[in-house]
Amino acid sequence: MVEHRPWNDVIAYSILTFGIFIVAFPVYLALVASTHDAATVISGNMPLLPGGHILENYYRAIFVGGSRTSREPVGHLLLNSFISATGIAVGKIFISILSAYAVVYFRFPFRKTAFWIIFVTLMLPVEVRIYPTYKVVSDLHMLDTYAGLILPLIASATGTLLFRQFFMTVPDELLEASRIDGAGPFRFFWDTLLPLSVTTIAALFVIQFIYGWNQYLWPLLITTQDSMQTIVTGIKKMLTTTDELAEWQLAMATAVLAMLPPVAVVVFMQRLFVRGLVETEK
Amino acid sequence: MEKSAVFNSKLLPYLLLVPQLIITFVFFYWPAIQAFWQSFLREDAFGLSSQFIGFENYQALFAQPEYYKAMLTTLVFSTLVALLSLSIALLFAAQADKNLKASDVYKTLMIWPYAVAPAVAGVLWFFLFHPSLGSLARPLRWMGFNWNPLLNANHAMILVVMAAVWKQISYNFLFFLAGLQSIPKSVIEAGAIDGAGPMRRFWTIVFPLLSPTTFFLLVVNVVYVFFDTFGIIDAVTGGGPAGATTTLVYKVYADGRLGGDLGSSAAQSVVLMAIVIALTAVQFRYVERKVQY
Repeated sequence: MVEHRPWNDVIAYSILTFGIFIVAFPVYLALVASTHDAATVISGNMPLLPGGHILENYYRAIFVGGSRTSREPVGHLLLNSFISATGIAVGKIFISILSAYAVVYFRFPFRKTAFWIIFVTLMLPVEVRIYPTYKVVSDLHMLDTYAGLILPLIASATGTLLFRQFFMTVPDELLEASRIDGAGPFRFFWDTLLPLSVTTIAALFVIQFIYGWNQYLWPLLITTQDSMQTIVTGIKKMLTTTDELAEWQLAMATAVLAMLPPVAVVVFMQRLFVRGLVETEK
Repeated sequence: MEKSAVFNSKLLPYLLLVPQLIITFVFFYWPAIQAFWQSFLREDAFGLSSQFIGFENYQALFAQPEYYKAMLTTLVFSTLVALLSLSIALLFAAQADKNLKASDVYKTLMIWPYAVAPAVAGVLWFFLFHPSLGSLARPLRWMGFNWNPLLNANHAMILVVMAAVWKQISYNFLFFLAGLQSIPKSVIEAGAIDGAGPMRRFWTIVFPLLSPTTFFLLVVNVVYVFFDTFGIIDAVTGGGPAGATTTLVYKVYADGRLGGDLGSSAAQSVVLMAIVIALTAVQFRYVERKVQY
């Protein structure tokens, strides 16, 4: 510190505390709403303290589903979200570590071309080409399948760029040493490069898991059966009922359940998360 | 930068590239080309036949007052979200950068909303400000303010902006904090010795040194507003009331799905692609400059 003025710290603490209050308040209120019964939530006079219907609401949300809507219980949607988020993360890591290995450690015709073909995908998120992509997925009979939820979203360059960047920092001496020991491309990849990449892989996994979990537009488009929805798309559908009275307490319980896994990942794997976030943006 | 030590293998590198190239061609290039092609076609109502109509889709698009309205909405929306989330995040990051005892705890408490899905963030804010049951709409009405984001275009926009800003603060905070922490303390101490107070030091020393981070975040935020806020808009307003919160991306979705006008939707996709490519080009020029720092 340059100078130490006690009031300066007080200001800093109060601004930060205020900030955290703003950040937490909407989520706190969702938590509170998920513990009251339907009538209390809808009355427009919901107390700011939790009520006593927490077990009932979460039990109904997870295992039964809404009564006015013929929607799937959230337990099943959670499973769909887990499968597609994990699939997206693992798929992206798998295809991008291989392609980065090829681009960095081999010399072959069209190497630059291949790199640019992959690189261009950075520029166009799935949102701008939704209907043509939808048509491709539907022609391949992948609507309402996990493959349809996962594969189109792993077509992106971020992973390849990240691994390429990391491989460039690996000293050349390591490759020379393992070649003297008689290692071929497979041995070098498996015994040397992969163990060195563990942190990068974990950081990428954290970021991509959150990315996959939070997808909205794509799952919304390609799932027609309720049983294939993800939890994030499911919440909105709970609120768009023909009946005027949507079951807000269940929707809020679902929102809390939808936030829990990715928030837990950020909080408990904070260092990996920060690293992944900073490095994928480079 | 190139590796000096490499493997010599004819076939293997292609095999390693195959998975990614197949995925990229099937789900990226093929749809992108189709979007481009479709933007010059007109399909009949059943999608059974189509004819080549040149630039008619584009002409129709740019003759549409709604399209200009969506452009304006996107502009207003992205300016508000970027400005607000950047300045709020900078305020918090500047406080967390002071040597506070609990700064790690504050950091954790500040960054977790990054993990909340945009669509979920939208639902949370909609619930807070729902005209009849929102906990924060009640005090507004009590103060005599006729709050109704379901009917009033400005209210809807304010609500969507708040949700989008809330969601983006954590990301900007993280990068601002990293940027602030990388500024050498000696520069700030030198300013203090010359008699500059905390505010003066911030605006004349810290803020200029932070400009690479700020510029990077500005581009990222604009891209975020363009694409990632789809979930927020769909959850809070569905583009309404009367198209007041329909951004360009939302319009691509709504025209293709609800209107079934795939030619126009494809033309809009192509225009959007051009915008994104321009934005990315700006970003990369900047990234190249950053390398020289």
